Amino acid sequence: MSPDDGIPGPAESAGAPRIGVDEWVASVEEKRERYSGLRGVALREWDRLPAAARVLLCVGLAALFPLVTSDGNVFRYGLFTLVYGLLAIGLNVVVGFAGLLDLGYVAFFGFGAYTYGILASPQYNNHWQAEAAIPVVIVATGVLGLLVGLPSRRLFGDYLAIATLFFGQAFYVFVNNANRIKFPFFGHTNLTGGSNGIAGIEPFNFFGYKVQGTRGLYYLLLISIAIVLIFLFAVHDSRTGRAWRALREDPLAAEAMSIPVNRLKLLAFVFGAAVAGFTGAIYATIATAALPGDYNVGLLITIYAIMILGGFGSMMGIFVGAIVVSSVPELLRSSANARPLFYGAILLAILVKIRPWRRLALELGGLIAFGFAVHAIASAAYPRLTDGKAIGSGLFARALDHWMLFPRNPEHIADVAYILMVAAIVIFPQATGLWRALLLPALLYSVMFVWENLLLQQIGGATRLILLGALLVALMNARPQGLFGKAYVEIV
Amino acid sequence: MNWSLFFDLTVSGLTLGSLYALVALGYSMVYGILKLLNFAHGDVYMIGAFIGWFALHALGGPVNPDFAGAAVLVVMFLTAMIGCGILGVAIERFAYRPLRNAPRIAPLISALGVSIFLQNSALLVFGAQFRDYQTFNLIGVKTYSIGNLFFSVPQLLTVVAAICLMVALTVFVARSRLGKAMRSTAYDREAASMMGIDVDRVISVTFFIGSALAGAAGVMFGLVFGQIFHFMGFLAGLKGFTAAVIGGIGSIPGAMIGGLVVGLAESYATGYLPQGSTFQNLYVFALLILVILIRPSGLFGTVVVQKA
Repeated sequence: MSPDDGIPGPAESAGAPRIGVDEWVASVEEKRERYSGLRGVALREWDRLPAAARVLLCVGLAALFPLVTSDGNVFRYGLFTLVYGLLAIGLNVVVGFAGLLDLGYVAFFGFGAYTYGILASPQYNNHWQAEAAIPVVIVATGVLGLLVGLPSRRLFGDYLAIATLFFGQAFYVFVNNANRIKFPFFGHTNLTGGSNGIAGIEPFNFFGYKVQGTRGLYYLLLISIAIVLIFLFAVHDSRTGRAWRALREDPLAAEAMSIPVNRLKLLAFVFGAAVAGFTGAIYATIATAALPGDYNVGLLITIYAIMILGGFGSMMGIFVGAIVVSSVPELLRSSANARPLFYGAILLAILVKIRPWRRLALELGGLIAFGFAVHAIASAAYPRLTDGKAIGSGLFARALDHWMLFPRNPEHIADVAYILMVAAIVIFPQATGLWRALLLPALLYSVMFVWENLLLQQIGGATRLILLGALLVALMNARPQGLFGKAYVEIV
Repeated sequence: MNWSLFFDLTVSGLTLGSLYALVALGYSMVYGILKLLNFAHGDVYMIGAFIGWFALHALGGPVNPDFAGAAVLVVMFLTAMIGCGILGVAIERFAYRPLRNAPRIAPLISALGVSIFLQNSALLVFGAQFRDYQTFNLIGVKTYSIGNLFFSVPQLLTVVAAICLMVALTVFVARSRLGKAMRSTAYDREAASMMGIDVDRVISVTFFIGSALAGAAGVMFGLVFGQIFHFMGFLAGLKGFTAAVIGGIGSIPGAMIGGLVVGLAESYATGYLPQGSTFQNLYVFALLILVILIRPSGLFGTVVVQKA
């Protein structure tokens, strides 16, 4: 990617293969140049820090969080960020190190939660101590991972993706119905509580010390993350870690160097499953329940988005990814927060992407003028289109009333506008030159119209996943290796 | 042995199977050319079902349509197929083409993003409720029988239409110039482009055809089962892919046979295996694992060495 890239469209990034020049080699100089200025200094200093210091820095900063804010905020922002972060660290080993697309990952998370629920809840009359239950959960999930990974061993690659995706679905069907299976030898056994799940799961009980309360769980999660990270840093330079990285860089060459490729991939897969199972057990104590609906595709996408934002194989990027992906939707829940975030993001994107500043000023002016013109025409010709009001209060919302169209009954108009907007976004990169400049204000206006009239209304539901899905596609287009990932050569 | 149950299961299995076969064809064709798992394919199928629904209601609704029933059906199929075809081309252009030289995992994740995007867009725009096709008045509820074999009109229509589409596709791929270009692109993309084949165009056409078939399958699903919803593409996509793997991914006749195998297996599992109606999907999953274990290249596939 050259720094003066326009809006990431197919035309720029497709890049016809240049004969005789390896893309990666050609872009090395460019990469070195990009790390200049203040950002370059920060990055270089970061790279110079020893691994232990980095872990300490991240974990230390996170440990301060409960000291400066209320319990409610720790629960809303902190706990879920850490749960997602721990999950993403495990997934990163599978996807980032070994290059396996594991789409059944959340099933292992669910399996851990259920296993711990069976071992420590009044529903099954088991009250295991945590120091016994946690190893059992980890081993059981690891063995399950081994069982799922083994059949696909020969076909690591695309078949694994579909087999694991199917496995995730199968897990969901199983736990949802396992309360009425008739097992041979055992007869009817209520294994998972069916659609009611397992309720009243007990907190971790380490030698009589119970880990509970928001803060207790927060520090438990933080300690777990630190342990997993330290373990991974220890592995990083070991034989296995080096083999994993060799595998990621070039499986073919790794195999030629007599690295047991399949066994290492299986190991990464099992390791990821075990981390997910462990996280599941922690999650079960947070939610005090294990419900079949908690381990769905939405969660899977969230974890993938975190991992990809962080970058494949980058451990520390995951912290940033987890904070962004889990707290942004949480902030989006109220329109008072969502609106500035949305317009801020659009403004930022325009500021970064459009050069020179004269054109930028023209586009912004055009956008504002376009809005007032549309509003004036609509209020004269179709007053129904401007009868509604923007959600929320405040100066900005009231100003929007005079600029943006708010139909009295936005349902149907907004649905159609949404479809048209998606079509427009797909078509827009095809436009060039003057057309592009002219169409941009109209496109932005339509995006804002849909945002105000449709997406903002559904902010708690579909909007979040739509944004995450779009983020995945956009990020893959712009930087296939993830934000903080390092580009590497792949020979296919 | 209860033969009438057996025949019932067979008929519903064949119906399901032809749906899966149509979905599997799209997977298989795309995989054959791009070596890409198009996760969004199942959701294209879902969108097709919704386009058919809107076409039906634009033409006066199922109870008293503006035209004769057959004409309405043709319009439904055509709009769904063309709409989905365009959608497929757009997806390829926007989400996959820029990533053609990227690491292998990037387009897969992009496909996942498209899938979740389409699913939730449908949830946002069409709502979470089920939509009824209610086509009884359009094509009748009459049931026909040959001996013990009972089938309804939509079932017959589905099987026949699916067979027609598959025959048309086979002839197209085997005989036309574009079909020839598709085969050579699937065989070796670089060599094909050196021979003057416009590979980008061939890929677009492949996506168009595959998505159009999925759209047709979506409408058929609505006709046979009567209800559509925004999440229906997920499982159909999984099973379509299973069908493609069983048939041998990349092979067109394989996808057809694979679809029928999966459909029949699911139907028989529902009828004969313990707790079949709850765990039918688990049984199909077991079948997938079994095939991957015993014959990873599928029934009609050739052994391919996978480099990455």
